[in-house]
Amino acid sequence: MRFTFRRTPSPQPSLGQRPFELLCLTVGLVLVVHAGHLPWWLSGGLALVLLWRLRQRRRRVGAAPIWVKLPLMALLVAALVFSYGNLFGREPGAALIVGMLVLKLLESERERDARVGAAFACFALMSALLLDQGLLSTLIVALGLLPALATLHALQPARASRSLAWELLPALRLLAVALPLALLAFVLVPRLSSPLWGTPNAPTARTGLSDRMSPGDFTELLTDDRPAMRVDFDHPPPTPAQRYFRAYVLWHYDGRNWSGLDRRRGLAPAEIDAPDSFAYRISLEPNQQRVLPALDMPLTAPDGARLLADREVLADKPVDTTRNYALRSTLRYRLQPSLDQTSRRLGLQLPGGFNPRTLTLGRQWRQRYGNDEAIAQIGLALFHDGGFSYTLAPPALGRDAMDDFLFTTHQGFCEHYASAFTLLMRAAGIPARVVTGYQGGYWNTLGHYLLVRQSDAHAWVELWLAGRGWVRFDPTAAVRPERLSLGAAAAAGDQEGWSGRDWLREWRNRWDVVNRWWNQGVIGFDALRQRGLLTPFGISEVDSTVLAALLAASGGLFGGLGLAWALRRRGKRDRLRECMRQIEGRLARAGVERRRGEGPQHYLQRAARALPTQRRKIEKLMANYLEASYAQDIPAPESLLALRRELRDFRPRRVYKEY
Amino acid sequence: MVTDRLRRVQAWAERRLPALTRYRRPEALPIALHRRRIYIVPTAFGSGFAVLLLVMLVGALNYANNAALLLTCLVAAACAASMLVAFRSLDGLSLRTIHAGQAIAGQPLPLTLELDSGDQARSAIRLDIAGISQAFALEARDSTRVTVMLDTELRGWLALPRLRIWSTWPLGLFRAWSWLHPQMAVLVWPRAEAYGPPPLHASDNPHQAQPQQGDDLAGLRSYRIGDPQRRIAWKASARHNDLLVREYEPPRAQEHWQLDWRTMPGLDSEARIARLARWLGEAEAQRRQCSLWLPSEDIPRGSGPMHYAHCMSALAKLP
Repeated sequence: MRFTFRRTPSPQPSLGQRPFELLCLTVGLVLVVHAGHLPWWLSGGLALVLLWRLRQRRRRVGAAPIWVKLPLMALLVAALVFSYGNLFGREPGAALIVGMLVLKLLESERERDARVGAAFACFALMSALLLDQGLLSTLIVALGLLPALATLHALQPARASRSLAWELLPALRLLAVALPLALLAFVLVPRLSSPLWGTPNAPTARTGLSDRMSPGDFTELLTDDRPAMRVDFDHPPPTPAQRYFRAYVLWHYDGRNWSGLDRRRGLAPAEIDAPDSFAYRISLEPNQQRVLPALDMPLTAPDGARLLADREVLADKPVDTTRNYALRSTLRYRLQPSLDQTSRRLGLQLPGGFNPRTLTLGRQWRQRYGNDEAIAQIGLALFHDGGFSYTLAPPALGRDAMDDFLFTTHQGFCEHYASAFTLLMRAAGIPARVVTGYQGGYWNTLGHYLLVRQSDAHAWVELWLAGRGWVRFDPTAAVRPERLSLGAAAAAGDQEGWSGRDWLREWRNRWDVVNRWWNQGVIGFDALRQRGLLTPFGISEVDSTVLAALLAASGGLFGGLGLAWALRRRGKRDRLRECMRQIEGRLARAGVERRRGEGPQHYLQRAARALPTQRRKIEKLMANYLEASYAQDIPAPESLLALRRELRDFRPRRVYKEY
Repeated sequence: MVTDRLRRVQAWAERRLPALTRYRRPEALPIALHRRRIYIVPTAFGSGFAVLLLVMLVGALNYANNAALLLTCLVAAACAASMLVAFRSLDGLSLRTIHAGQAIAGQPLPLTLELDSGDQARSAIRLDIAGISQAFALEARDSTRVTVMLDTELRGWLALPRLRIWSTWPLGLFRAWSWLHPQMAVLVWPRAEAYGPPPLHASDNPHQAQPQQGDDLAGLRSYRIGDPQRRIAWKASARHNDLLVREYEPPRAQEHWQLDWRTMPGLDSEARIARLARWLGEAEAQRRQCSLWLPSEDIPRGSGPMHYAHCMSALAKLP
């Protein structure tokens, strides 16, 4: 190759087409990563600007004209203010970063612009993770690093030109090499026990269970396929019909909504008789709520949470990251065998002036049957045989919602049944309350855990029966037993068509094991688990000093490895030369040093003369050496072997002349 | 302004703290780069990127966001690895030979450096010499020639300036560099004066100076289309199957010039050198034989590029 001279180029060389394309690819991936939370029109608009710029520069190199840039900038700010209300906070901030990055492309004409753009893109990629740190988005973000690094790579002068895909290869190699060190640093970087500055308001609340319920609320939830939590059991899991995860206990009905009672929060947990219990662990997805769902009846509360009067588990702060907690629960119990007057009054509360027909029916049952358990069975039988059907799209209900449901529409899902059943029981004089939570779940045989999705949300009823305490009744199961074994979607039939085909659902359920691994191994690796890191090595508590020392030590180790690699010279070993060096060394110790520029034959002959006792040996060595080095172009293995054999017991001694 | 001051500080440091400034004394070729003479610092962009990574790290830690932390660690580790790659792109590179062309003072002098890649391919290596920067790449076990044009001002020996080989490969975050100071000087020929008198005894007929047909018969050759008719050797052709054409010697060199340092009384030595350089140039252009007498050297009569170079070099070397 030959390179001819060039004068020092202007300090800021203009940007080549290849780095520009790579930069556009990077920004495109940033857009993809952020598409999840940007308004669709903003993502679409920015993508159009990106494509237009790519075309424009392909035709003619040059920055976009100012009359394009300025209005776009103003438009971006206006759109953000219009959409988010302000420019501060996590989501509008991220949107602003993405928008600025795209607009930066419009004026990227120098190498410096591309450098700044690539670095800024790294930041934008990372900011996407602050909003969603799922496995998939992390993978896309990692993918986005490739073109970002490749852009920097492509800015180097005097490189062979390659296709766009090949440009990504060096970046991939670099990231692959960096992965072990990155993992180590990830494990060892000391976590903050408390944030340095207030974490701003959490991302927008997503649908989830809440401490209020009104019939029809769950429609959105029941079609939401996101995981809600994952449960590990030490022992075989409970049967599907036993998988009731209690979250909220709702006492108060105002004619439309059921809600929890704040004043019960201060009370001690209701007494419970439980012959046995079992342990399990729950990994709860962030839901911005404080209540931690627990299987059936929890006996203890995990750290950072407490048991409420009705054995709800309330955490000290809202769950804004994946939360792992261990619990003990029981499936056979007697809860609150003796009911206090306050609770009885609350359990019989009815709003005045609503649902007169329902209340009349409940009172009739009381008069006709008298026995609490018989009344409850009559209620279930009504749902089972009264022409009720389970649907996720029930018709709208009027002011007397439960009257409409029970006597007119006959269509609804768990909320309607639980609500109506509770009202009937209260009217009949049985203390009753609505409980919401999750029911069912998918048992992942690969990962041995139970996956509970938001669509498994459920509502049921607890009745207080003398001698048995609070007993669970599930009127929905009376209508559609499949709800318990197969889930809400199966129970509703495929009338909504929301989940696609069954195999897709099945596949998603199986795939969830990877998400769980990611959640447990990476996202759930918090300060607490970090401190327990060295437990297997006998160190129970690791504080940040030890972590920093470990980090430094392992950083040094990796640095050493890297240096060893960097300093390694890849020259081929020249065995013949090594042999000659050995001969020289040994002869030098015996007093015969090789002179500068002295040929091997001359040198060895001189040595033979100087060391008469070794004469034969040296001559043999010489013959071997000459044979190995000059007989063929490449030393024959056998002659090399012979030379090394000779060399093994060659120990020349210094000759002292006697006078 | 700032760069000026920087340069002055650099010059001072170089003088006072040779060990610290990492500048090298002149050394013989070939020069191989190795770990003791390669230095690495982050570039300005690299420092900025480090600050960005720090911000990302603090953000990820503050929000207890492990995915972002993992990503930050990955980028940081890749950057650290790129430092080693930067070092490795220079390690083992060697400057084997330098071939200097010839130039007259004031004109750029072509300098060809032959660099040997050692056992690995190298990209984006840059060579700075006397304010000229040039990028090149090398295949593994290959060598490349890099030609730079060195500015010259004065005749005589010009010691090669220090040259720097550097690279920001692969990401532009780190700059690895090494100073090379090859012990070598190149000879710059004197500049000829713009105009002046011809040599004293240049008594040639101006007509003869014009290139024209020689008149000594050199031999015969076969006729080629376009040969003038009057040059056909009819008699000789009659004895052969095809036409023969008389061929003449090229025009004889004009009378040779005896250029002499002593024939220019009243001129100082630089003026004499400039005049002699002009005469030598004219003689070379006219393909005229000439001899040159200098206080240092007596060059016998001769002609051709070798002779011209010899004479010019002798002139250049005059004190």
